[in-house]
Amino acid sequence: MRQIAIYGKGGIGKSTTMQNTVAALTELGKHILVVGCDPKADSTRLLLHGLAQKTVLDTLREEGEDVELDIIIKEGFGGVRCVESGGPEPGVGCAGRGIITAINLLESLGAYTEDLDFIFYDVLGDVVCGGFAMPIREGKAREIYIVASGEMMALYAANNICKGIKKFASGGARLGGIICNSRKVNNELELLTAFAGKLGSQLVQFIPRDNVVQRAEINKKTVIDYDPREKQAEVYRDLANNILGNEKFVVPNPLQEEELESLLMEFGLVGV
Amino acid sequence: MEPIKQAARVDREVGKKAVKEILSAYPAKVAKNRSTHIVVKGKNKGQKIAANTRTIPGIITNRGCCYAGCKGVVIGPIKDMVHITHGPIGCGYYSWATRRNQGMTANKKQMFLPYSFSTDMQDSDIVFGGEKKLELAVKEAYELFKPKAISISATCPVGLIGDDVQAVAGRMQKELGITVIAMNCEGYKGVSQSAGHHIANNKLFQEVIGTEDREYKNPFTINLLGEYNIGGDGWEIKRILEELGYEVVSFLTGDAGVDDIRRAHNAKLNLVQCHRSINYMAEMMKKKYGIPWLKVNFIGVNNTSRTLRDVAKFFGAQELIKRTEEVIERERKEIEPVIDTFRKGIKGRTVMLFVGGSRSHHYQDIFYELGVETVMSGYEFAHRDDYEGRRVLPEIKPDADSKNIEELNVQPDPEKYRPVDGEKIAGLQQKGVPVNDYAGLYPSLPEGALMIDDLNHYETEKLIERLKPDLFCSGIKDKYVVQKMGIPSKQLHSYDYSGPYAGFRGAVIFARDIYQAFNSPSWRYIKPPWETEPEIVATLTEKEKRGGKNAGGNPKRDNPQKSSPD
Repeated sequence: MRQIAIYGKGGIGKSTTMQNTVAALTELGKHILVVGCDPKADSTRLLLHGLAQKTVLDTLREEGEDVELDIIIKEGFGGVRCVESGGPEPGVGCAGRGIITAINLLESLGAYTEDLDFIFYDVLGDVVCGGFAMPIREGKAREIYIVASGEMMALYAANNICKGIKKFASGGARLGGIICNSRKVNNELELLTAFAGKLGSQLVQFIPRDNVVQRAEINKKTVIDYDPREKQAEVYRDLANNILGNEKFVVPNPLQEEELESLLMEFGLVGV
Repeated sequence: MEPIKQAARVDREVGKKAVKEILSAYPAKVAKNRSTHIVVKGKNKGQKIAANTRTIPGIITNRGCCYAGCKGVVIGPIKDMVHITHGPIGCGYYSWATRRNQGMTANKKQMFLPYSFSTDMQDSDIVFGGEKKLELAVKEAYELFKPKAISISATCPVGLIGDDVQAVAGRMQKELGITVIAMNCEGYKGVSQSAGHHIANNKLFQEVIGTEDREYKNPFTINLLGEYNIGGDGWEIKRILEELGYEVVSFLTGDAGVDDIRRAHNAKLNLVQCHRSINYMAEMMKKKYGIPWLKVNFIGVNNTSRTLRDVAKFFGAQELIKRTEEVIERERKEIEPVIDTFRKGIKGRTVMLFVGGSRSHHYQDIFYELGVETVMSGYEFAHRDDYEGRRVLPEIKPDADSKNIEELNVQPDPEKYRPVDGEKIAGLQQKGVPVNDYAGLYPSLPEGALMIDDLNHYETEKLIERLKPDLFCSGIKDKYVVQKMGIPSKQLHSYDYSGPYAGFRGAVIFARDIYQAFNSPSWRYIKPPWETEPEIVATLTEKEKRGGKNAGGNPKRDNPQKSSPD
C-alpha cells in the first residue's frame, strides 16, 4: 500500500490533478482510497459526481463516538473509496486539529484495508500548522508530490512545503516529485525542471493548460470520466504511470530565498 | 508604618558562599541571569533585584500560570459568582478549592465556592470551536443555580483556537440579565501568575466596581483589598475591624459577594494586604474615585496593632483612636501569654521563606516576633516594587511580556471622584503611615539574609544544605521534597489545612502550628533504621564456610548478585 500526499499552494489545482490521476489509476485496476484533508470538503467532488454527503468530523460531532465506516466512505468513479475529513467553518476552531482527529479515526475504524494499492491525501494549501502536516508526520504518507506552476508564489509555497518534508524526513516522508500544473508562464517547463533539480528531485509531469479540465469540472467529472478520448486524459494517464513507476524518493534540499529568486530571474526573464 | 528593625544575626559570608556555589553550577548565561535575581542583604541601601522576567526553561520553577493568577487567586474567591473555566477539564479540576478560600452566604444556595464549573472541552470542541459549548454552559449554570453573576476564565487552547469569550459574555449578559464577565487569562500569557492578577483586576474594575451606589451612615467605610480569606483570615480581620466601628464595604476578594464589590467605590479607604495581586485595583480606584489606599499587614501581633493604629490615624477621630488602643490592649492581653508559651519552644531558630508575591514579607515579621530569624526570603511572582518598594516603579521599564497585559487608561469619574486632601495624605506619610505607598520586603529583611526571586528546586536544595534552616515555608510543590530532607515545611499559600493566621487570634494559631512543626516527634524518624543499624543479621552455614556452591540463602538481601559466589 502506497500512501501519497498531495500538497501545493491554495488554488493551484491539487484536488483536480489528484482526482484526474486517481481516475487514470483506476483504469489500471488499482484500488484507491482518497482522503480529502480540507475543511471545505471538496477534494472528492469529481470522483463522487458531487460533494460528499457526510464528512468524518461532522459525523463524529453528530453521532458521537459511534461512527460507522460506511457512513463516511462513499464509492466513486472506478470504485475509488472517497472520504472527506471536513472541519470547522472559516474563522472558528482548529482545522489542523480536525485533520489529526479525522485521520486517527479513519485508522482506528479500519478504513485502511489490505486490498488498497494507494491512499491519497489531498491537503489544503501550504503547510500552515502541525495539523496540516499530519499526513506526513508519523510516517503516514511517505510519498509526497507537490503541485506547482511557474508563478512565483506557487514556487515559494512548494519550497516551503519542502522545508516541512525535510523536517519530518525522520518519520520516512520523501518527496516523489513536482507536478507542474501549467499557468502558461514563460519557460515554465524549464523553470520547473530546474527548480525540481535544485531540490534534488524531479519533475514528474508537466500538465498543459486545457479547458476540457474545466468543462469536465462543471460536469462534476474527471476528464477520463467525462471524455476518455481527450488529449488531456492522456496527460493524466502519463502522470499516473509516472507515479506508478516512480523510484526516485528524496529528502529535498529546500532553496534559500536568494537562490529561489535568482532562479526566477534566470528563467522568468528569458526571451522577454 | 515603620518596618520592623531586625538585628543582623545572619552570617553574610555563609550566604555569599552559598550563592557563589549555586551560580558556579550553572552555564555562564544562566549564572549571569540568576545572579541578578539573588541579593545578599548588605549595609548599603538600594540593592537591586531582577524580578517579573521570564523563567529560564528547564530550571524547575515554582511559578504558576496566568489562569491560576486570574481564576485561582483573584476571581475564584468571589463566593456568589459561578466561575466557569472554559477549557479541557484539568485546569478547572486542579484549581478546584485548592486555595482554601472560605466563604459564607446568607442564602446557602447562592454559595458556589465548593463547586467546580468547566466546559470540559473535547477534541471536537477544539476542532469546531468551543463558543457554542461555552454559551450552553453559561445558560445551564444559570438555569441550575440562578447566580447573580458568572465569570468565564479562558485556558490555553481557547486562546489558540480563538474562541471569542468576550462576545459570548456580552451575549449572555444581555440574554440572562445578569453580570457575565470573561477573562482572556490563557495560561501562557505573561511570565507567571502575576499576569492573571492584573487581568482579573482590570475586569472587576471595568465591569463590577462602581455599578451600584450606596450612602453609608458610618463615616468609617473601608475595603480590604488583597485578602483572600484563606483559612478564614478575612473573618478574623473583619471581627476586629467591625468591633472598632469600621464598616467593611467589600473584601477583594476573600468571602466577597458580588454586590459588595459593586459598591466598593463608596468606601473612603482601601486597605491593601497583598500588594502584588491587587495594587492595580488600589491605584485604579484612586485615579477614578479618589480613594486613597493604605498598605496594611494583619500578620503578627505587632503588625496588626500597627495597622489598626494607621487606619485610625487616617480617619483621625479621637474616639476611634482611643477605642483602637483599648481593643489592642485587650486583645494582646488575651493572646500574649499563650504566644509566649509557644515562643519558648520556637525561638532561636531560623526560617527560609519562599511564598507568593507579598507573603514572605508579611511572615518574616511574624517569625521575628516569635524569635525566628529569616535567613532567606523570596517571591515566586513578585515585581521589583514588592521587594524594593514603590519608589523603584519609575525605573521599571515595560518589556514585551508586561506590555502583553493591558494597562487601563483610568480617568477621574466626572461624578464619583472624591479626592482626599493632598496635605492630609502628605501629613500622614510624614508620620510614617504608608498611604499610597509600600516600602517592600527589603527594609525588614535582616542584614545578611538572602533575597531571591523565582527560586528553583536546585537552589532550594543547595540553600537548605548550606544555610541549614530549621523551617522552610513555601507551597505544595516543594513541601515534601524539603520534608524528606528532614526539615519541617509549612505551606503558607494554603496553611496546610489550618488557619486563620491573620489578626490577633490567628497569631496564636500560627504560633501553635509552628511550635508543632518544630516539636513533632516525626522528625526523629526521618533517618530510616537501616541507615544506622543492619537490616538483618545472618551467619554462614557450615556448607558456606567450606566454600560450597549455591549453598543456602544470601546473607544480604539488597544485592544478591554481589554476594553470590558465581
